[in-house]
Amino acid sequence: MRNPIFFARLDTPQRMGSRLMSVVLILAAWTSCVVAADIAPPTDLVVKDRQNDAANGLIVTWTLSADDAPDVQPKHVMQYEIARQSGDTEWSSIANIPAGNDRFEDTNCEPGKRYRYRVITVSTNGDKSAAVESTEAMQPVMNWIDTRRLWFGGIVAFICGSVIVCTELAKRGMGLYVRPIAALTALDEAVGRATEMGRPMLFVPGLMDLDQIETVAGLTVLSKVAKTAAEYDAALEVPTSRSLVMTAAQESCEAACLEAGRPESFNPDRIYYVTDEQFGYVAYVCGWMTREKPAACFFLGKFFAESLLLAETGNGVGAIQIAGTAEAPQLPFFVAACDYTLIGEELFAASAYLSREPQQLGTLKGQDAGKVLAAALLLGGCLLATWAALQPNSPGATMNEYFREVILNKGEA
Amino acid sequence: MRRTIPAVIAGVSGTVMILAFFIPPAQKWQQTAEIWFTILAAIAFLIGGTNLCLHHLKKVAHQQAGWGFSAVTLIAFFVTVIVGLLKIGVPAAAKYPDHPWSGSYMDEGGGIWWLYEYVMSPIIATMFSLLAFYVASAAFRAFRAKNVEAMLLLATAFIVLLGRTYAGTALTSWMPESLSALTLPGLTGVIMAVFTTAGQRAIMIGIALGIAAISLRIILGLDRSYLGSDKD
Repeated sequence: MRNPIFFARLDTPQRMGSRLMSVVLILAAWTSCVVAADIAPPTDLVVKDRQNDAANGLIVTWTLSADDAPDVQPKHVMQYEIARQSGDTEWSSIANIPAGNDRFEDTNCEPGKRYRYRVITVSTNGDKSAAVESTEAMQPVMNWIDTRRLWFGGIVAFICGSVIVCTELAKRGMGLYVRPIAALTALDEAVGRATEMGRPMLFVPGLMDLDQIETVAGLTVLSKVAKTAAEYDAALEVPTSRSLVMTAAQESCEAACLEAGRPESFNPDRIYYVTDEQFGYVAYVCGWMTREKPAACFFLGKFFAESLLLAETGNGVGAIQIAGTAEAPQLPFFVAACDYTLIGEELFAASAYLSREPQQLGTLKGQDAGKVLAAALLLGGCLLATWAALQPNSPGATMNEYFREVILNKGEA
Repeated sequence: MRRTIPAVIAGVSGTVMILAFFIPPAQKWQQTAEIWFTILAAIAFLIGGTNLCLHHLKKVAHQQAGWGFSAVTLIAFFVTVIVGLLKIGVPAAAKYPDHPWSGSYMDEGGGIWWLYEYVMSPIIATMFSLLAFYVASAAFRAFRAKNVEAMLLLATAFIVLLGRTYAGTALTSWMPESLSALTLPGLTGVIMAVFTTAGQRAIMIGIALGIAAISLRIILGLDRSYLGSDKD
């Protein structure tokens, strides 16, 4: 039943105002629809092949919609909707590019297929412009060589070539001098000390997995330590923070014990997994060090914030400590807390140094050629940068830019 | 043979990784190699979990030194596994409110979330905070002025430490703008930007070359010591 009071109220001037408001709102909505429907589409749609890829990319470019010009206020355009069609398939929307951008890289193309593209301007209230379509279907082209990385490839080839040449020369009896590395010379001393004291040794191969070259370098030293420990009949504890490293370390130690002629020395219970959690691992290892008081600690691999926690605890229990990592920020901590530290490249040289095989030592000589090249590039770069700074419009500026952006940049954006 | 096959796998994988950087069609091989590593790492989780249980169960069974810690480890391990697998306390997902197991095991309010938030995080923070004390003790030892080099190190550390504090800024704020490079923050900036950066870059170049050399030794099969022995 109708409420008489309610209808009495609507018959007043307020009712008239309400009607007027409704009309205004409808007009406003209609006006916005008309404006949105008139939103300009993008123009000059161009599709071209993406260079240096495996036929899986195309680049779509367009000229911005007239409503997306920087001086148009308020902004009407929200984004550009990109759709793709291959063969007789339906158009499928693949990306929305924010207003102000006139380029899209489609990196999900399949080699051998031809693609057409369509771009639509989308207004801030969701209305769409007419579509602009590419006239011809485009097929991505296979590039067999990434030309942006040719210079870097040349540098890699030079360094690898030097290493291989020096290895071959070493095989033929070329005299090699490798400077003594104190930390590696001290390995035997550390194992001997542990044997004399009748206390165990600790080996930490870093916190990362086998996909890190530092972990592999750490394992090469582990095999040497395990072999010496087997010869001296000293106990070696290897807690790991990765299961794969544990498996590799067990294999490594078993083989080292066999090589030492003491297979019975291998104790798999001493090489075990603790946890992947960084500080959980540190808590375990520090606790073990405090309880067992090892005579020697080896920290060789990839380390982060835990480096100082481990090294200081080892220092606190009076162990002789040998550390090595390629993590530059952690080196000062190891230098401060350990007796010997393998700095950067020395860790990678350890296996060659310890093996004393001429062909492995030859690779260290090959590295020197790389250092000469690095020094030459540094010098050349300094000269070019200085020339460019002094004379910004000279050829030096162009050469400096080419040197930085093309030769040294490995084709990165 | 036991060491030849792993060495061949390492060599082939390493070669593929290098080729993939320069030859775009080879990038698929690189992705395949990476997928294989992920699969192996996932399997290794099982190996790790099994090893953890066996190692600590042995300790408890034989009542070796520190077996109490092993017992705590085992209890914590099994509680976490059970709470995680059974999704204890996990609220139902908003999309399926009638299905109690529909939420993610890490959802806020769930058992695993609670364990992480109120047990793991405080323990991790405690361990990390110990670093401050260890830095102090290591610095005390490293900065003892025993010889000329140590004195230089001490002086440099003194400038950098002071230059990074408000006290350092306040102490040399009276210096004119033209001598700003000689203020403590200015000297700190020069030390960090010139001397430290130069040293670090030298180390980084050495590391890069070292990585290239050891990678080449492994790829060519010259170095098999990571497999325990250089012999087959």
